[in-house]
Parts: sequence; C-alpha cells; structure tokens
Amino acid sequence: MRRHALAIKKEDNVATAIRDIAAGEAAVVGIDDDTLAIPVGQAIVLGHKLAVRLIKKGEDILKYGTVIGRATQDIQPGEHVHVHNVESTRGRGDLA
Amino acid sequence: MNFMGYRRSDGRVGTRNYVGILSTVVCANEVARGIATQVKGAVAFSHQQGCCQTPPDLERVTKALIGLGTNPNLAAVLLVSLGCEGTDVQRVAQAIAATGKPVQIIGIQDEGGGAKTTAKGVLMAQQMAVEASRLKREECSTADLVVGLKCGSSDTTQGLSANPALGVTVERLVAEGGTAIMGEVTEFIGGEHLLAKQCKNEAVAKKMLFFVDRMEQRAKATGADMRGGQPTPGNIKGGLTTIEEKSLGAIAKAGSAIVQDAYEYGECPQVKGLVVMDSPGREPELLTGMAAAGANVIVFTTGRGAPQGFPFVPVIKVTGNEKTWEHLRDHMDMSVHGVMDGDESLVQAGSRIYEKVLETASGVETKAEISGYAQAMDIYVTGPVI
Repeated sequence: MRRHALAIKKEDNVATAIRDIAAGEAAVVGIDDDTLAIPVGQAIVLGHKLAVRLIKKGEDILKYGTVIGRATQDIQPGEHVHVHNVESTRGRGDLA
Repeated sequence: MNFMGYRRSDGRVGTRNYVGILSTVVCANEVARGIATQVKGAVAFSHQQGCCQTPPDLERVTKALIGLGTNPNLAAVLLVSLGCEGTDVQRVAQAIAATGKPVQIIGIQDEGGGAKTTAKGVLMAQQMAVEASRLKREECSTADLVVGLKCGSSDTTQGLSANPALGVTVERLVAEGGTAIMGEVTEFIGGEHLLAKQCKNEAVAKKMLFFVDRMEQRAKATGADMRGGQPTPGNIKGGLTTIEEKSLGAIAKAGSAIVQDAYEYGECPQVKGLVVMDSPGREPELLTGMAAAGANVIVFTTGRGAPQGFPFVPVIKVTGNEKTWEHLRDHMDMSVHGVMDGDESLVQAGSRIYEKVLETASGVETKAEISGYAQAMDIYVTGPVI
C-alpha cells in the first residue's frame, strides 16, 4: 500500500505528507519500518505535517528525532501541525 | 571519475571559459552589461555595492570581487569602474593578475562617459574572447571540482529527498578528493548541535558555531521574531513550520561528510573536502559567495522551484517534489522525487546527481544558463548604506 506520510524517527510525533491527503481519509503513515493508519479530519497538502499521537500544549515537536519547535495548544492525532499550533524557539527577538 | 575542464595557470580548473565583465560598483552596472551583451563569450557580473558603505563592508566588496575575478570559470576579466567608488579597484586587478589571468580596468569617468566606455570595453573584451577561444578542455580529476551547495525555495520534500540525496553525492565527491562548500548559516539554526558533531575537531566546530550565533544575534538585534523572514512565506506554504525544521532539512546536504574547516563569506577554501562558509540563505548573496570562494559548479536543491542561476558558474537545479518537476520544467534540471515513494534509493539518486555534476562540469548546460536566469546578483554586506 502506498504511504501517505513519513515519520523519520521512531520518537517523532509528527509525520510529513508525501502526497495530498483528503479530509476523512485514513492516512497510511510510515514510521521507521512500521506503518500506522491515522484518520485525518482535514485535508493535508503534500509537504505539510500531521500529528501521529496526542501532543500536549508546551510539548516539543519532534521531527528527524530532533526538536523543531513547541506546541502552542493541544494537538490531536491526525491533526494538521503547522504555524497555527507550533512556535519556533529560535531567533526570537520578540522574546528577548 | 573525471571530467573535461579548463586548467588555469594557477592550477585551478574551470568548467566554463568566459570573459568576465565585472562591475566594481553599483554605478557601473549598466556599462558592464552593455559590454557583455555585445561580445559572444562574455558575461557581466553586476551588484548593488561598492560605495557609501562602512570600511568593513567595502573590504568585503573588494575581497568578493577578487574572489569572483580569480574564479577559474573566467579566462580573462575586464573590470568596469566608475572612478570614484570605495572599492579598491587596483587591488582587485593586481590580485587577479597574480593568478596569471589577463585583466584590464576601464573607467567611465576617465573615458568620458558610458557610451565611449562601452565602445572601448567591447573592443577590449573582443580581444580577450579571441584569446579565450584558443583554450581547450582537457581531462581533469574530480579532485579539481569545487561544488557549492545550496537549497532554496524550500519545502518539506527537500529534507526527505533532494537534500539527503545531495548528501550522498557530497560523501562521494569528498571521498574522491573533491571539495564541497556549504553556506546558508541561517539554516544551521536548530541543527547546529548535529553539524558540530560532524566537524573535524573542536576548533572547526567552534568557528562554525560562532557564525551561527553571530547570524542569530543579528536577526535578534532587530527586536523582531525572525519568522516571516525565515522561514519564508513560501517555505511556510510548503509546510515548513520553523527555522529549526528548515535547518534540519538543509544540513542534510552535507551527508555524513566531515566538515574540514569554516570560512568567512567568499573566502577560498585552503583544504579539500567539505567546508562551511558564512553566508545568508538568500540566492543573490549566497551564489555570489560560492563563486567568490571558487566554486566551479553549484548544486541547488529546491522544493517549490527556485529559478536563479549565476552568470558564470553552472547551477544545477534538483527537485524532490514531483509537482514542481512537472510544473516548472523550464527551471529544473533533474528530479529525485522517486526517493519519497521508495521507487529510488538515496544512493541511486545521489549517484545520478553526481553524474549530472560531472556532465555539467564537462560543458552540458543547465536550464539557468540556457534561459539566462542569472542576472540579479549581489555581494553580502552587513553594515548600513551611509
């Protein structure tokens, strides 16, 4: 079965869509060597990310097994993960 | 593996054989372009710098022009000066001449205006073009390749396909004795702890981390959130959420190669293998920095489809986004989108990029060269215009 999205490392809590995923589809997500079906509520465009498990507000977002930002709200599995619910912690002159 | 290149008197190898018409100041751009358009085999390099800047920036401009003039892809150089600029034009000419390359200066104020300068410059460039056309390609080794690495107009496909594939290419290039230059220090932010582990020793790691910190402090000093500038609105549309995420994808271009040293903007590497160079991520300054550092080929990965090339260094566009490959064929040289679907391995994709580099180095033209999409260049400066 063709995968819809890829998580690079086992510890990642987000996966990247490698094709457009329609709303209501059960996304086939490759995580390391496993695959997991995760229903998505909204359409996810190629290149965008979805949560592979519940991510609590303030929790680190992990991709490539590395921190890429933190959640600004609770994020449900299958939910779109992007600038509306994640913030960077670097280069933030506004936080200085 | 070998390729066919032009061996220069300083031992470096060109993959192209142009007469470079280099503007020494923003005010001489029109004349430099006017000369180049009338001489086959000549290319112009124009930029926005060289006057009314702080001494450190004028020094950067002078050094960048020395780097560009000594780039082995140029057989000869004509410097087009206004006559009152802050760039040290004599020093640029002397440094280029020291490599054994023919170089001449022409000044707009001395000659009596743009029209006369253009007419005289065309005759000078014609003679240089005749001499350059006598030179022949000869067999050169991959150790003579200096490959600039760039990613731009990025989306998340790059971190999964084009960049790690290019990483495989870089591993092979340095194993065969070649040189690779990775810039875009802004795009180390968030991944610098991983890149530090790839550095040859602590001293090199320290230099690299200093560049990253300096770049981040520069962004922070504006008092604004870097987001919106980096990642760019286009990056965000492509799915990249934070600079950290962008960086982790960007440094994949290095593969697992060891970082041998770190250099300031436009400095020519003194070692073989992978090196880091201070530079921002924006195309005009980054591509110019690579050329000034002596890159004879540049590989540019792009997810959303960046069109820019460079006037005298071939820039190979590699995408890992199938939509971009179908949609922007007039700017893309190759695609490795099969990697994401598992139809092609990273090793296979990396080998294909490597073959493309050798073919391009031997004379096969890139889309950016054919379309001439390479004019809007600039030199990276950090101080104010005063």
